[in-house]
Amino acid sequence: MEQVTYVVSGRSLIVQLPYEVDDHTCKGVREETEEYIREKKINRMIFDFSKTGFMDSAGIGVLLSRYRRMKELGGDVLLSGEDPKVRRLLRISGIYQIMESI
Amino acid sequence: MEVKQCGWPVVSGEQKMELYLESDSQNESFARVVVAAFMARLDPTLEETDDVKTAVSEAVTNAIIHGYADKKGIVRICGRIAGSTLFVEVEDWGCGIPDIAKAMEPMYSGMGQERSGMGFCFMEAFMDELTVISEPEKGTTVRMIKNIRRESGKEQVDCAWTASGN
Repeated sequence: MEQVTYVVSGRSLIVQLPYEVDDHTCKGVREETEEYIREKKINRMIFDFSKTGFMDSAGIGVLLSRYRRMKELGGDVLLSGEDPKVRRLLRISGIYQIMESI
Repeated sequence: MEVKQCGWPVVSGEQKMELYLESDSQNESFARVVVAAFMARLDPTLEETDDVKTAVSEAVTNAIIHGYADKKGIVRICGRIAGSTLFVEVEDWGCGIPDIAKAMEPMYSGMGQERSGMGFCFMEAFMDELTVISEPEKGTTVRMIKNIRRESGKEQVDCAWTASGN
């Protein structure tokens, strides 16, 4: 079963996304990241797309929701490891206008 | 048993498939893989296959989370191939959409902050034609057309909120 996995590094949370990022695989991300925010005082999230080969607008919804949350806390969201098709979706959605890819 | 028509005029020599799924979010990936396999006979580019998979995923997800609002229901997917054109219809018998124009606005989401509101915009961006038919309490039908291996001449759709003035 493909799932989102998390790695904490200082106050940064690395969100490792699965091969398929859709409504089904994104279901738990909000609650799970909220727990890290509470317990580890997270102020930066890095979404790691290096395993991702499919994404739909559910992934965009997660990014926007987590971006708003991080901004509330004075933090930020970064992206990493996007392949060309993920990049295309992020570009169409305007995500790169507010989030940086590292 | 005859495969139901997909709402488009019948073309001679066309190929059809029909799939009925339970409204379970695990079926979202199943649905898009089936449609991708169905269209493989058109020898699409990888990008065309990805476009259709994303559009089907959006339509099926909408049927499950909006149409049935996580209640149990049936989602019907009908595919047709005529020449080098792929037709996909996704139908549900859920709550329907009271205001289709509003639902199709970029960034509109009936489900609050956790959804991007970009589902219809992605369907529009990745397919050549999109039609939505809906009636409250009756259900919703989404019809999409994609021409494979042909220049669509379509401009790139922009789903960003900055472009929609939000």
